[in-house]
Amino acid sequence: MLAKRIIPCLDVRDGRVVKGTRFINLRDAGDPVERARYYDQEGADEIVFLDITASVEKRRAIIDVVSKTASVVFIPLTVGGGIDNVQFMQELLQSGADKVSLNTAALSNPELINHGAERFGSQCIVVAIDARCKNHAAEGLRSWEVYSHGGRQPTGREVISWAQEVERLGAGEILLTSMDADGTLNGYDNELLAAVTSTVNIPVIASGGAGKLEHLYDAFTKGQAHAVLAASILHFGTFSIADIKQYLSSKGLPVRPVDGIKDYDLREEF
Amino acid sequence: MNKVIIVDSECANLNSIYKAVTAAGLTADITDEPDKITGADAIIFPGVGSYKHAMRVLEQKQLVDPLMTTIKKGIPFLGICLGMQLLCSCSEENHAQGSTERIQGLNAVKGLVTRFNNELPVPHVGWNQVQPAVGHPLFYGLGNSSYFYFTHSYYVTPDSDENILARTSYGINFTSAIIRNNLLGVQFHPEKSGPAGLRLLSNFGKIIAGKEH
Repeated sequence: MLAKRIIPCLDVRDGRVVKGTRFINLRDAGDPVERARYYDQEGADEIVFLDITASVEKRRAIIDVVSKTASVVFIPLTVGGGIDNVQFMQELLQSGADKVSLNTAALSNPELINHGAERFGSQCIVVAIDARCKNHAAEGLRSWEVYSHGGRQPTGREVISWAQEVERLGAGEILLTSMDADGTLNGYDNELLAAVTSTVNIPVIASGGAGKLEHLYDAFTKGQAHAVLAASILHFGTFSIADIKQYLSSKGLPVRPVDGIKDYDLREEF
Repeated sequence: MNKVIIVDSECANLNSIYKAVTAAGLTADITDEPDKITGADAIIFPGVGSYKHAMRVLEQKQLVDPLMTTIKKGIPFLGICLGMQLLCSCSEENHAQGSTERIQGLNAVKGLVTRFNNELPVPHVGWNQVQPAVGHPLFYGLGNSSYFYFTHSYYVTPDSDENILARTSYGINFTSAIIRNNLLGVQFHPEKSGPAGLRLLSNFGKIIAGKEH
């Protein structure tokens, strides 16, 4: 069975992780490499680095972070934030990233998705969509608008049609963030998720709103998400990845077991 | 220990493979020099992306003959993802317009590469269980349903069941690892499959060293 994926997202600015309080046992909780390693050992299925570095000059710091992480963490690594050309994608992939996540640059230049997919394969190209609801349930059928620039600018694009377009252009996955749910801890926007997962035939990663364990379960069942991104609940220690996987597994969802992950001893002789 | 040669087919994940192979205790070199490939004691043949593009790169770099030479010699050889698919006879690539095109592969294992065509999302992305079809040193210590990381839209169907080393379920039961003597191929990414992946690479290292008993 294909396992439901749990993906911690680390915000990185100028080469440092900016969120998290529970990492008293780490030498340097602000070090992205240590944090990625921590989540890997906890049973994370992938790691996402979202680079929120403001200045273009400092953006290369992420390459070094990726390279160091890929030397010690052997699970898929996605990097997003400010990626606007194929050359930068190539540098990130060559340093050890497995996927790049495109957002604002893909909105202003959709061909970037196409070019990336042709050059590196669709499996390397994630398109991140920041969605905000345009109306309320009381007004009838909900619809969502795509925002760019880290959620600051409305684009006038409709989420469903943009999701279909990025699939057509060769995106391998969609990372779908509900701006309405993000930070509320009230659960993912499962209506938004279901609307997108029922329209496209590529995997969709749910993001924004997780506060309780059942929220993750709902994203997989009601929202039909293929993976969930989690930030606050992991960084602030509300739950560990083991808690999440144990819960999902008890509810009958397939997860990659955390148990036994460290059991393979490479020095063991046959 | 004998050095493993990682074939540089210009795919994006070369360094990830190098790092994982090194972490698994093997010594490795990345190269696209035909002579080094011909003289190799063991080969890792990675690949991601499009079949057509990858075959074109191999032809341009004049790597087809060196690869075939090493395969005929019977040295330990591990194809990864597209690298495994390229070992097969040919691939049926679907185009947006609905047409299909057959692209010839290396034909070291008789079989066809086709695109997933069921109700599930494509690409098949994530951690899925790999069930070895036969006992083989590549899977020593890994049980019969370990999770490995996959990301692919096409899969291999060998003509003969004898070439099936492992299977995985994704709507259908597809071949997730192939074998022909010392020629091995895995559809998943051991370099991204955590401890299980490192164990598999370490097992490959033991096969190279002839200590697989």
